[in-house]
Amino acid sequence: MQVLEARKNQVFCDDTVPFRIECEKQSLAGSVSQRACVFCGSRVVLYPIADAIHLVHGPAGCAAYTWDIRGALSSGPELHRLSFSTDLREADVIHGGEPKLTKALQELIDRYHPAAAFVYSTCIVGVIGDDVAAVCKKVSAAKGIPVLPVDSEGFKGTKKDGYKAACLALMQLVGKGPTAGISPYSVNILGDFNLAGEIWIIKEYFQKIGVAVVAGITGDGRVAEIERAHGAALNLVQCSGSTKYLAELMTEKYGIPSIQVSYFGIEDMAESLYSVARHFGDPEMLRRTQELVREEIQAIYPQIGEYRRALAGKKAAIYVGGAFKAFSLVKALRLLGMETALVGSQTGNREDYRLLKELCDPGTIIVDDSNPLELAEFIQAKEVDLLVGGVKERPIAYKLGIGFCDHNHERKIALAGFVGMLNFAREVQASVSSPVWQFAPRRAR
Amino acid sequence: MLLRHTPKEIKKREALTVNPAKTCQPIGAMYAALGIHNCLPHSHGSQGCCAYHRSALTRHYKEPIMASTSSFTEGASVFGGQANLVEAINNIFTIYNPDIIAVHTTCLSEVIGDDIPQIISKARDDGKIPEGKYVIHCNTPSFVGSHVTGFANMVKGMVQYFAESDGVRKDQVNIIPGWVEPSDMREIKRLVAEMGVKSVLFPDTSEVLDAPLTGRHQFYPKGGVTVAQLKSTGDSIGTIALGNLASLPAAEALEVKCKVRYESLEIPYGLLATDRLINTLRQMAGVEVPETINLERGRLVDVISDMQNYFYGKRVALFGDPDQLIPLCEFLVTLNMRPVYVVTGTPGKRFEEKLAEVLKDIPEARFKQAADVFLLHQWIKNEPVDLLIGNTYGKYIARDEDIPLIRFGFPIVDRIGHSYFPNVGYSGALRLVEKILNALLDRQDRDSKEEQFELVM
Repeated sequence: MQVLEARKNQVFCDDTVPFRIECEKQSLAGSVSQRACVFCGSRVVLYPIADAIHLVHGPAGCAAYTWDIRGALSSGPELHRLSFSTDLREADVIHGGEPKLTKALQELIDRYHPAAAFVYSTCIVGVIGDDVAAVCKKVSAAKGIPVLPVDSEGFKGTKKDGYKAACLALMQLVGKGPTAGISPYSVNILGDFNLAGEIWIIKEYFQKIGVAVVAGITGDGRVAEIERAHGAALNLVQCSGSTKYLAELMTEKYGIPSIQVSYFGIEDMAESLYSVARHFGDPEMLRRTQELVREEIQAIYPQIGEYRRALAGKKAAIYVGGAFKAFSLVKALRLLGMETALVGSQTGNREDYRLLKELCDPGTIIVDDSNPLELAEFIQAKEVDLLVGGVKERPIAYKLGIGFCDHNHERKIALAGFVGMLNFAREVQASVSSPVWQFAPRRAR
Repeated sequence: MLLRHTPKEIKKREALTVNPAKTCQPIGAMYAALGIHNCLPHSHGSQGCCAYHRSALTRHYKEPIMASTSSFTEGASVFGGQANLVEAINNIFTIYNPDIIAVHTTCLSEVIGDDIPQIISKARDDGKIPEGKYVIHCNTPSFVGSHVTGFANMVKGMVQYFAESDGVRKDQVNIIPGWVEPSDMREIKRLVAEMGVKSVLFPDTSEVLDAPLTGRHQFYPKGGVTVAQLKSTGDSIGTIALGNLASLPAAEALEVKCKVRYESLEIPYGLLATDRLINTLRQMAGVEVPETINLERGRLVDVISDMQNYFYGKRVALFGDPDQLIPLCEFLVTLNMRPVYVVTGTPGKRFEEKLAEVLKDIPEARFKQAADVFLLHQWIKNEPVDLLIGNTYGKYIARDEDIPLIRFGFPIVDRIGHSYFPNVGYSGALRLVEKILNALLDRQDRDSKEEQFELVM
């Protein structure tokens, strides 16, 4: 199999040697990487805050490409689904964009009366010397709402640095609100973005076991809730890359402990609920959790069994943004009787990959920051039946004549929670079983 | 109620763009470069640019979009992107092995001031460009123009890098199709061939972005204009540039470089624009219009006559790109419809000048360049329309105002068809007529009272 020489250490496919993989590297110049930038990282984390203005300071493109492309649902306001930009032109690049930014912010705040405003810096903002923080401070003072600069110039690191910048902006909000009346059994949900309404499923579980959710960060997010988040007793962190840093900052500043959870797959969903119940140490809560888990599993298990019979022995490939999600996916696929032949991520770290290697069957290929050429070759060599990935991976899977499941922001059906496992099984079966693949010449029988 | 946030009252905005009707230059350059055979578009900037463009094109075409990036870091922003680009060129030829790398810039590399031709020659001097392979480029600063400008710049780059003349005229016509779909490019080629004219169409994304399922991932699909074809454009009889913004710069460059005369036309959407293309082809190539083309035209006119009463007076709002909107509005006028609101995000005075001509008999018409979809929505809120024509983002307005939407333009991310069924030419116009009628008549069927519900229409 052909791998760029300089990428050889980012691919592990030989079980006869001890496991090692290089990662957290800058992508090779010239590679057709599936990765994005700092701005993208910040934008995806903050985007679901629905009662805030999200103003992209830069030329039109960065705002246009991120206009309502993620299905982060809101139960109320939907300001986040609009696209706001300063649309910087040549004259602004020459003379500076600060006047335009100031005006744009004033116009926006006067028009929409948002609870807060986020201002995203794009690549050229720093280079042309705009002092975004100063503008934000001035407008914030004048308008009386938080106006938060997000230090997200695209080239200043990786998508992960964008997560960090978003967390720093969020920390500006946390601590501003009142905490009176918050239950001692309370949590913040970090790292769920309410794609396809997933946070609503999770919130219902917590309600049933007697745990109050103070803030969704940022799924179905509201500024006032985030401002009260420091009143919660515990932070639940999903999607390790995006909000782990915020949890760390909150532990440091407010002493709030955090646990890492995952809502994907029966095993991880149940364990996440149990770990919350164990944390609070309330026997009644533990009992309610056991009851909930039992009921939920009973409700879906017979159907899962049917899907398992249909899917047993099929092979999957996983290529996702963060490695943490891959753990749950490997387990969920295993529950469906499927073997993971290839697993990779855009941004995993060494520990993630070590754990993945441990979790997977021998022979599984592990890749960091892969590209279409590699993915296609591995998928064909391993005779994979299903690819789990995001928007750029989907057409590659289809061209190869195999099934696909979007486990990224273009998912249309909730994949979190127990019901999400059933939905996942149905999605996988729907795609893998499509009669169309037999018409792909490579796979024709 | 998604756009409940759009107020009816129109206030002047000086600095703010809400819901854009354009995007930035580099994606246009990427799309154009995909229309060259065995070419890998290369984005000289941060990784995100390339990822966003690939994602956006993937959503629109539902095809794998291959493009590479210089993966800028903080170092590149300080010391310039030369090292990144030279390394990228080396890596690309080593592993992805294209015939051509088509480099476009981004706002970052423009502001830093990277000199791309100089970097390319450095790469050549360093032996990073194998024999018989090419690296071409165009500048696409995101803060100038729009995605259409980027497309135009890459097409012009094709002329500047490849067109050459050996002094012997070739019996062929150059067609620059402008920013249209692969289906449209295929249809233009068919029309030209039907006229008995040989042609080189560039760029040509047919059989690149509508490739069949084979069970293999073809990094470089079959289609695209070849280097040999591009070189030969310098000896063609003439050039027909379709779309003033997207195609004229390349046609002008070719005239300057190789003295190939050109005709600048609108993209052939609708009856009259197609007539002008056919007529220009006839004159330029010295051929007769064959009966088959007359038949196609006749069928279109026949259908319009059959249904003309349903078009009369219908108010239409449109948004998209100038090159597309101008002929499209002309066609709506031909149908006796009233394009009353027309908005493009792409800056440029010609849009308003041309529409003033095309819409001279529609005094209530309002049109604006460098505007956004938010403004269009506000106009519609103030006085409703019967039909909306625009890209997928029009669906918010369509839902909120309960107006039928015809998807047209870029991007279309929630329906298929644009890659496969053309809108250009007489048959494309017939398809547009069908779409317009379906939208209007479905609405009439839905809204009419039971006693007025018609079987025959």
